[in-house]
Amino acid sequence: MTATAESPAVGEVQAMTVTLRILRSKPEGTDEHKPGEQYWQEFQVEAHATDRVLDALHKIKWEQDGSLAFRRSCAHGVCGSDAMRINARNRLACKTLLKDLNPAKPIIVEPIKGLPVEKDLIVDMEPFFASYREIMPFLMTTGSAPARERRQSPEERQRFDDTTKCIMCAACTTSCPVFWTDGQYFGPQAIVGAHRFIFDSRDEGQWDRLEVLNDKAGVWKCRTAFNCTEACPRGIEVTKAISEVKHALTTGEI
Amino acid sequence: MTASSPEFVPGPKIKEPRIRSGRVRPGAEQWSWRFMRISGPILVILILTHLFINLMTGDGVSQIDFAFVAGKWAAPLWQWWDFLMLALAMLHGGNGMRLLINDYAHTPWLRKLLHGALGVAVLGIIVLGSLVIWTFDPCPVDADMSLLPSFCEDVR
Repeated sequence: MTATAESPAVGEVQAMTVTLRILRSKPEGTDEHKPGEQYWQEFQVEAHATDRVLDALHKIKWEQDGSLAFRRSCAHGVCGSDAMRINARNRLACKTLLKDLNPAKPIIVEPIKGLPVEKDLIVDMEPFFASYREIMPFLMTTGSAPARERRQSPEERQRFDDTTKCIMCAACTTSCPVFWTDGQYFGPQAIVGAHRFIFDSRDEGQWDRLEVLNDKAGVWKCRTAFNCTEACPRGIEVTKAISEVKHALTTGEI
Repeated sequence: MTASSPEFVPGPKIKEPRIRSGRVRPGAEQWSWRFMRISGPILVILILTHLFINLMTGDGVSQIDFAFVAGKWAAPLWQWWDFLMLALAMLHGGNGMRLLINDYAHTPWLRKLLHGALGVAVLGIIVLGSLVIWTFDPCPVDADMSLLPSFCEDVR
């Protein structure tokens, strides 16, 4: 295979100009906007089709407007810091490629919905974490600790394998229409977190957690809208997990 | 930095595990969920059969007049059928509305008001509808005979 100077090299990715429309807000306000007021701002960046939305946000922050605020840590879809609403769907900015978003149109980036916005794309995650703490996300056992590890068969482990994948990015909870209108609802993530322990054969606190989830703000608020399952960047079948918790509550069997 | 120094800010507390074990009793919300799950499929059967009998059998939609309804309600089966359809539809729909009000009405007085109005509407329609079904007179005294079901001739 010969590549000449005129033709692009094989496999080379074309650079392009992408427009990002970002919903911003500043707690201190700007000249045109009151403190905390949300407003749209457009940025244009040079990017490759294989770049991620996070790369485009970095380019804006590093080269155009250093005041743009967003969370990110590992940038590889594991830490769960950079969940945001991109083109009206909750996704991780670090797992969303520009070419998958129709870069011909402006890409719309908003903070995740249902949690108080602090600045630009950063929201207050505390209500979300409070719900998670509510379902007691730790191993609960009775009796003295065994001298060796707590054994578990592959089948027993498989029972809750799906919900161990949660990275607590809040994409599911903030895509839930019930959570948007009723902040009292635990939200899909807390139920996923509870599911991980309820169906763990080593844990003995199932009924304590189920009692919490049987509460007014618990699983019965779920309307099986399936937004959470679609939003989960880890591919967890969230609605299925919620239904399994409901099933355990209605049948009394785990 | 020690725990006693003024700068120390403890992290949020995790709740102590509750020392209560055993079965979880179904609460009101769970019963409401179960009711929706059971009444839904029953309503589908009731309504589809109702529509099939009224529209697909006999002369179709053109057969529906006073005589047709009166003839149907002369049979206890259709009286009970329609009563069940009415009661389940109102309770199923009313419960759905209750959940919507819980979701969208945030101030307690508004929630109370809407819940009250909903309860009055649901109960009122069930009571009125039941009255019509159970106290229905298929052969009103001074009505045109051609509009009445055929069995009225024997009654006169």
